[in-house]
Amino acid sequence: MIEITNLHKRFGKVQVLEGISLEIKGGGIFAILGPNGSGKTTLIKSILGMVIPQSGTILIENKPIKDQWEYRNNLNYLPQIAQFPENLTVEELIGMIKNLRGQTANDKELIELFGLAPFMDKKLGNLSGGTKQKVNLVLAFMFNCPLIILDEPTTGLDPVSLINLKGLINKEKEAGKTILITTHIMDFVDTMADEIVFLLEGKIYFKGTVAELKKKSTQNDLEHAIATILTEKNV
Amino acid sequence: MFKILQYSFYDLVRSRWSYVYFFFYLVLGFALLFLNSSVSKSVITLMNIIIVLTPMIGTIFGVMYFYSAREFTELLLAQPIKRSTIFLGQYLGIALSLTLSLVLGLGVPFMIYGVFQSSEIWNFGLLLVSGSFLTFIFVAIASNIALMHENKIKGFGYAIFIWLFMAVIYDGLFLISLVVFDEYPLDKFSLIATMLNPIDLSRILILLKLDISALLGYTGAVFQKFFGTNTGLFASIGILMVWTGIPIFFIKKISSKKDF
Repeated sequence: MIEITNLHKRFGKVQVLEGISLEIKGGGIFAILGPNGSGKTTLIKSILGMVIPQSGTILIENKPIKDQWEYRNNLNYLPQIAQFPENLTVEELIGMIKNLRGQTANDKELIELFGLAPFMDKKLGNLSGGTKQKVNLVLAFMFNCPLIILDEPTTGLDPVSLINLKGLINKEKEAGKTILITTHIMDFVDTMADEIVFLLEGKIYFKGTVAELKKKSTQNDLEHAIATILTEKNV
Repeated sequence: MFKILQYSFYDLVRSRWSYVYFFFYLVLGFALLFLNSSVSKSVITLMNIIIVLTPMIGTIFGVMYFYSAREFTELLLAQPIKRSTIFLGQYLGIALSLTLSLVLGLGVPFMIYGVFQSSEIWNFGLLLVSGSFLTFIFVAIASNIALMHENKIKGFGYAIFIWLFMAVIYDGLFLISLVVFDEYPLDKFSLIATMLNPIDLSRILILLKLDISALLGYTGAVFQKFFGTNTGLFASIGILMVWTGIPIFFIKKISSKKDF
């Protein structure tokens, strides 16, 4: 599905990714973890072609993505911070993205699931953070694509929406899709993720299942397992 | 590209500033025609205003739009759309909506006044063409600056400086150098110096067409002598096209390497 080889990215003097090589085979939920500034978002944005790496290759479905754009027809992306053009209404925004992609979308169902119906004619600039995130989720899930990339999907969501989100992700997983998630909520990872990729200082520190990570750090709880890795690394 | 152009265009057309710009030209057109009561005199007055104002508005709108559309751009970048399509679409959206304000704002009063029956129609048309060229050129330059600088204040500062340089400082430097190097043959120098500034070039373009030798000035006279009136017209339009093409090429180039 995704094959990354020796990816390097530097912003000015800051080296963010230092030779990431990673293979993600299709189907399942893959959590990209790591402390703040470890390069999670940069890695995701490189896959999307929003960030252009200095060196290294990224293949999606065995095709290099450099200077390509058609492959984005087959992926959905949820950005970390829900920022939208403020003078558009929710309805206009959803309509615009549907028009641009020209694919069939199940937006109605998602709008109902997240209870967004009363907000459809409101301008995006006037929405609360959580409501914006729900709009963000509708945009990310409304197209039927084999690859879904979610950057911090849980930010600002209330418990009901969080349960809905988990249900949605599980449904997509059962449909055989590949889901890439970054998050800081370890409970979410513990219950959802099939595999973990742990980034530290721009390198892959660990790749494997949750159980393997717990075993490696001799901790029963994922949160403590991660904390152990981080403190060991710092000592 | 058309879809992006459409969205940017409507986004701007819906904003208050497009109307302010449109009504400004509308009022200006009526006022000038009322005060001068002659189309040809109004065209000359308008030239002086358009040549300074269109680049300024183009610069300000270009920079402002590219910074304020940052979220929209990021949203589009994650969609299956080519990068150059996004940026060129946005650029054309701004440039076209500003040009529309200019053409409609001035067109309506002149049309009511009967410019179509007057012999000034070509002069007036050329005025609108050069105003449109200046809009396209300066929006493109401003877009480049906005793409190169993440810091809004810096980007705005540089863009305004470029406008100020082209509209005011350039002429000053040009005049000083003409005085200082008085003893040398300056024909070639002034010819090239004029071509290097789209604002000067537009001014000469219009004056050549109006055929008012008293207003041509030294550079205009050199231009007329070198090219002759008709070739001069085509040459200056050609150079204005190059002036539009180069920054558009750089929008494509810079945007293809930028991280978001």
